[in-house]
Amino acid sequence: MIEKEKINWIYKKIFTIRFFEERIKKIAKEKTVPGYLHTCIGSEAICVGVMAALNQDDWISSTYRNHGHAIAKGCKLNEITSEIYGRKTGICKGRGGSMHISDFSKGMLGSFGIVAAGPAVVLGAALQEKINKSNKTCVSFFGDGAIHNGAFHEAAGLAKLWDIPMIFVCENNGYAEATATDWHLNTKELSDITKAYDMLSYIGDGNNVFEVYDITKKAINEAKQKNTPIFLEFKNYRFSGQYEGDTQLYQPQEEIDKAKQNDPIKLAKENSSKYGLNKNDLEKIINEAKEEVDKAFDFADTQPWPQPEDALEEVYVNYPVEINR
Amino acid sequence: MTIKTVKDAINDALVQSFEEDKNVILMGEDIAGGKGREQYQGTQDAWGGPFGVTQGLYTKFGGERVRDTTIAEAGFFGAAIGAAMTGLRPIVELMYVDFAGVCFDQMMNQAAKVRYMFGGKQKVPMVVRTVVGAGFRAGSEHSQTLYSLYTHIPGLKVVAPYDAYDAKGLLLSSIKDDDPVIFMEHKRLYMTSCEVPDDLKPIPLGKGRIRREGSDVTIIAIQRMNLFAEEAANELEKINISCEIVDPRTYSPLDEELIFQSVKKTGKVIVVDESNPKCSLASEISSLISEKCFLDLKAAVIKITAPHTPVPFSPPMEDFYIPSTKKIIDAVKKLKDV
Ligand SMILES: Cc1ncc(C[n+]2csc(CCOP(=O)(O)OP(=O)(O)O)c2C)c(N)n1
Ligand SMILES: [Mg+2]
Repeated sequence: MIEKEKINWIYKKIFTIRFFEERIKKIAKEKTVPGYLHTCIGSEAICVGVMAALNQDDWISSTYRNHGHAIAKGCKLNEITSEIYGRKTGICKGRGGSMHISDFSKGMLGSFGIVAAGPAVVLGAALQEKINKSNKTCVSFFGDGAIHNGAFHEAAGLAKLWDIPMIFVCENNGYAEATATDWHLNTKELSDITKAYDMLSYIGDGNNVFEVYDITKKAINEAKQKNTPIFLEFKNYRFSGQYEGDTQLYQPQEEIDKAKQNDPIKLAKENSSKYGLNKNDLEKIINEAKEEVDKAFDFADTQPWPQPEDALEEVYVNYPVEINR
Repeated sequence: MTIKTVKDAINDALVQSFEEDKNVILMGEDIAGGKGREQYQGTQDAWGGPFGVTQGLYTKFGGERVRDTTIAEAGFFGAAIGAAMTGLRPIVELMYVDFAGVCFDQMMNQAAKVRYMFGGKQKVPMVVRTVVGAGFRAGSEHSQTLYSLYTHIPGLKVVAPYDAYDAKGLLLSSIKDDDPVIFMEHKRLYMTSCEVPDDLKPIPLGKGRIRREGSDVTIIAIQRMNLFAEEAANELEKINISCEIVDPRTYSPLDEELIFQSVKKTGKVIVVDESNPKCSLASEISSLISEKCFLDLKAAVIKITAPHTPVPFSPPMEDFYIPSTKKIIDAVKKLKDV
C-alpha cells in the first residue's frame, strides 16, 4: 500500500510536468525563449515513479531532456523557468539554460548535454557513498540511444566489478533523435546489453507511474542488499520531437495514435480511483498543478537578465588572476 | 554564377565528391534520419543532420554509402580511419565539435599518427565535418569552437571556412586530400550566402584570402569573425581608417606568408578569434607575427577573443562572450593613434 501523501505527491508531480512541458511547447512556438528546448512529454511517469522511490538528498544525473527530472526531484519551478528564460534568478544563474537544469542541493549532480555523460558521474557518487559508508541512492537517467556509447559501457562494467549499488535508469522512448530504437538495437530487448556485465536488469511499463515506482523501489532495496548495480529499462513513447521545432516526419501518425492510448497521464487518471482519489481530489490536484506552472512562467517573465560581465564568474573555485576584465 | 548558402554549398560539394569518387562515403548520427521508419513516407532524409546539411544524400546515393550510425562516435571515427587506410575516403560527421571529447583519441592518436609512426607508408584520407560556434543560445556544451584543439595535433589539417564560396571549394579539397582533415562549419553561418560558381575548382588547403585590402591596420579574422571585421572596416572607412582583412581559412597548414605580407604593409595587427584565449589560434598567430615580423610592427599585436570561460547560455552573457564589431572598432582606433 502506498501512503495517501505519496499518492497525492505523485499525481501532483505528474500533472505539473505535463503542464510545464505543454507550456514549453507553446513558448517554443512563439519563439519567445532562446535556445534549444527538449521536452519530455510521455516521460512523466518515469520521472515521477523513480523519484517517488528516492529521498530528496539521493543523487541523480539527468540529460538535456531534464525538465521532468528536475521537477520531480524538487527543484523550484520558478528557478527552472527563470533558467530557461535565461534570467539571473535561474537555477544556474542563466549560465546553463534548458539543457542543463540542475540543483545540487536537491540531489542533482548535473544535467549533461553529452549523451551518456551521466552514468559514470553517478558511479562516482555511488563510490563515494560506499567509501563513506553512507547510504544515499544513486540513479542515472539516460535514453535508449545512450546505450551505444562507450562511456555508458565503461561505467556499467566498473559498477558491476566494484559492487556498486547504483541504479541505471534507461528511458526507452522509441527514438534517439530521428532514429528508431527498434532499428538501432542489436539485442531483442534493450536491457539484454547488461548480460555482458552479468548485471541484474528489469523491464517495466514506463507509462504506468505506479509500476515504475514499484520496480524502482524494489530495485533499490535489492541493489543495496546484494551490493550490485541494477539496470532498469522503462518503455514509453517520445511524443515530442527530439527538440521543439523538430518536424517529426519520421514518427508515423499511426504510431503516435497507438502510443496515445497508453499516455502516462491518461493512465494515471484512469487509475486514480484505484488509488483512493475521487473526482474532486483529482480535479483539485490538476488545478493546483496548472496554476503553479502558470505562475512559474509568469514569474520568469518578470525576472532580471544577468549582467554581461556575470559571464566571468565562477569558472573556478579559486583563481589568482581576474578573467578578462 | 549562383547565390548559395553555406549550407547548400557544403551539400553541393558533398554531392559532387560522391559523384566523382565512388570511394567517398559519409557516416554520422541522423545524417539521413528516419532509420527504422523507411516504410513510412516522408521519413527518408528526414533530418540530414541537425541542420539539414546532408539532406538528400541518402536518397541519391543509398544507405551503403550514406550511413546513419548509433551514438558511437569512437566507433565510427575509428572505422573511418581503417576504411581510409584501405581505400575509402570517409567523411564523418561530429554533430557538434563539443562532442570531440568522446572520440578525440581516434583523431589525436590514430588518424594523426598513422602516417608518421608507421614509417610514412600509410595514409588516412578522411574528413571530419563538424559544427562549431557560439551565438545560438545553445549553452556550454553545444557552442564551442575548439579550433586550436585540433590545430595543436601534428598530422591533422584544420579548415574553417567563412563563406559559401570557400566552404565549397575547401570541402572539395578536403575530401580529395590524403591527410585527415577537420572541416569546421559555423552554425551561425549556414544560412549566409554569396556567389558560388557552379564549376568552382577545389581551393588548396593552406592558402589564405585577403577579404578586403587596406593600408592602416590588418585584421586577421577567424571564420565568423570575418563578419564583424567587415562591419568594423565599413564603419572605420567612414572616418578614413583603412583596414585590411585577412581570412586564413585554414589553420593547419596556415598561410603565414599572406599574414606576414599584410603585417609588413600596415605594421598594426588585430587577431579576432571566437575561441577561448589560452593557447588559441589568436595566440599562435600573434606569436608567429612577433617572431617573424618584429621589426615591421609599430605596436604590439592585439588579440580579441572570447574570455577564459565556458560559453554561457543567457543572451546578455553570451553576447558579451563573443567578440564584437565594437571591440574591433575600439582596438583599431587605439592602434591608429599609435
Ligand atoms: C556524445 C554525443 N553524441 C551526440 C549527441 C547528439 N544527441 C543529442 S540527443 C541524441 C539522441 C539521444 O537519444 P536517447 O539517448 O534515446 O535520449 P532521448 O533524447 O530519447 O531522451 C543525440 C544523438 C550528444 N548530445 N552527445
Ligand atoms: Mg530515446
